Amino acid sequence: MDKRQNRYAYFYLLPAISVVLVSAIIPLMTVVNYSVQDSFAGGNFFWMGAYWFESVLGSREFYGALVRSLSFSALVLLIQVPLGIYIAVHFPAKGFLSALYLVLIAIPLLTPWLVVGYIWKVLVMPNAGLLGAAARALGIPYDMNNPVVVWLTLAAMDSWHWTSLVVLLCFAGLRAIPHAYYQAAQIDGASRWAVFWHVQLPRLRLALLIAILLRFMDSFMIYTEAYVVTRGGPGVSTTFLSHELVQTATVQFDLGEGGAISIIYFLIVLCVSWAFFSLIRPRDRAQSKGYS
Amino acid sequence: MKRKIPLAATLYVVLLMVPIYWLFIMSFKTNAEIFGSLTFWPHKPTLENYRAVLSDYAWYKGYLNAAIYVCMNVALSVLVAIPAAYGFSRFRFFGDRFLFFGFLALRMTAPAILLIPFVQIFSELNMIDTHLGVAIAHSFFNVPIAIWILEGFFSAIPPEIEESAKVDGYGQISIFSKILLPQIAPGIAVTAFFCFMFSWVELLLANALTTVNAKPIGAIMTRLGGVLSANVALLSAASVLTLIPGIIFVIFVRKHLARGFSLGQVN
Repeated sequence: MDKRQNRYAYFYLLPAISVVLVSAIIPLMTVVNYSVQDSFAGGNFFWMGAYWFESVLGSREFYGALVRSLSFSALVLLIQVPLGIYIAVHFPAKGFLSALYLVLIAIPLLTPWLVVGYIWKVLVMPNAGLLGAAARALGIPYDMNNPVVVWLTLAAMDSWHWTSLVVLLCFAGLRAIPHAYYQAAQIDGASRWAVFWHVQLPRLRLALLIAILLRFMDSFMIYTEAYVVTRGGPGVSTTFLSHELVQTATVQFDLGEGGAISIIYFLIVLCVSWAFFSLIRPRDRAQSKGYS
Repeated sequence: MKRKIPLAATLYVVLLMVPIYWLFIMSFKTNAEIFGSLTFWPHKPTLENYRAVLSDYAWYKGYLNAAIYVCMNVALSVLVAIPAAYGFSRFRFFGDRFLFFGFLALRMTAPAILLIPFVQIFSELNMIDTHLGVAIAHSFFNVPIAIWILEGFFSAIPPEIEESAKVDGYGQISIFSKILLPQIAPGIAVTAFFCFMFSWVELLLANALTTVNAKPIGAIMTRLGGVLSANVALLSAASVLTLIPGIIFVIFVRKHLARGFSLGQVN
């Protein structure tokens, strides 16, 4: 398919760009503004240069939150990606059961984030919650003051919430594999594992790239669900980057430091997104579409 | 392929449904039963919790507020995304790749980053506690999502159709309205559904940008529910009601779930 070179194409983008100008570009520039200034009594601003950045980069709270956020993302990816692939491979391929299961597994994805947190908060209550009561019946109290238990709870909650995303994308990817591939593998006498490794997995590349990108980003920005369950505690053990940022900017009302955290946060998002974008939409393919 | 019960998938579905089931039965229990002995179904089912939520304006206006700003956001996002997606799918121009990536990066931006500037900008504009304010705020992720999904739908239509229409004497506007839009209509519906859901589930911004008149149900749950923190039964009923749009949604777009959730990249 050929794309035409057209310098008037910008007119098609104009409405969308005007909207994100208000809803993203101007707010982001405001954040940049905060990050290089200090304000007194709201009205007077002073140039601070890189002061806030130096202060944030030297702050143990910031590193703590960053490390916790990255660890949480790594943990949920390690659980959700293999589990999602496994379920997708073993998912009923067609028929009523397939349609029913697809509808059911999508429900957690469409649950408001606050309600996700609420469901899990209740689930671990010692007397009213299923998990809390089960733990009590086994004689181990469900201790939400233990950081390990809290982390496992959040990882379970996030996996309950989002593993289906990986399943849906991989399932769609698997369905797109032509049947002839499986026949060829069968003729070669390939084992179940060989079929997975040499036929299915390579064809899941795009689905997995998108799934990992989305799961990384959405877990890296986690706020509401985790806050409802843990309020960032015990201590600061589940205070993630978004919590740290909102805490700094709205509770301590430290706009300069909040701005600097925001910029660093945004740069991480930008770099990771770019890495994935260049894999999802390689430049070569774009150019072969005919840059005349 | 042999026919057998898919064990792993079934187990997975059951595990996913357990928390939903627990929420569902709690919404039909009384607080006395919830905090009394552990029961696996409501022994004395009651509709009192639903009656309480649906008869109190302070509660049910939260659903109306959320529905209003979500619908405004969907209209705004889809409307501006249609021409943009068309432009990306059909033309090459300086910076096209960069701009297409830029929209993706906005989708990936954490709402917490934009929270403070939003509060400040909307205060200046007197738009705090308005539905339009939340609708505009949510467009920072929904416009990119809509553009990416629609770009996939536009790219699936061969450009030859437009070229032959041009030969037949159609102008650019009538090609768009009479030929492309009818073909893209299912794609627009899918996009609108997804924008609806992504705005429906967000709370951080929706809560921060509203005070009284436009508060969504989630914020009302934390505020009223926080005061009555022992009222698990009432909060459960309110939560179950927030799931209804998602359940209706998933039945309509079950064939397009992968497409929508993958930003149009996996069909």
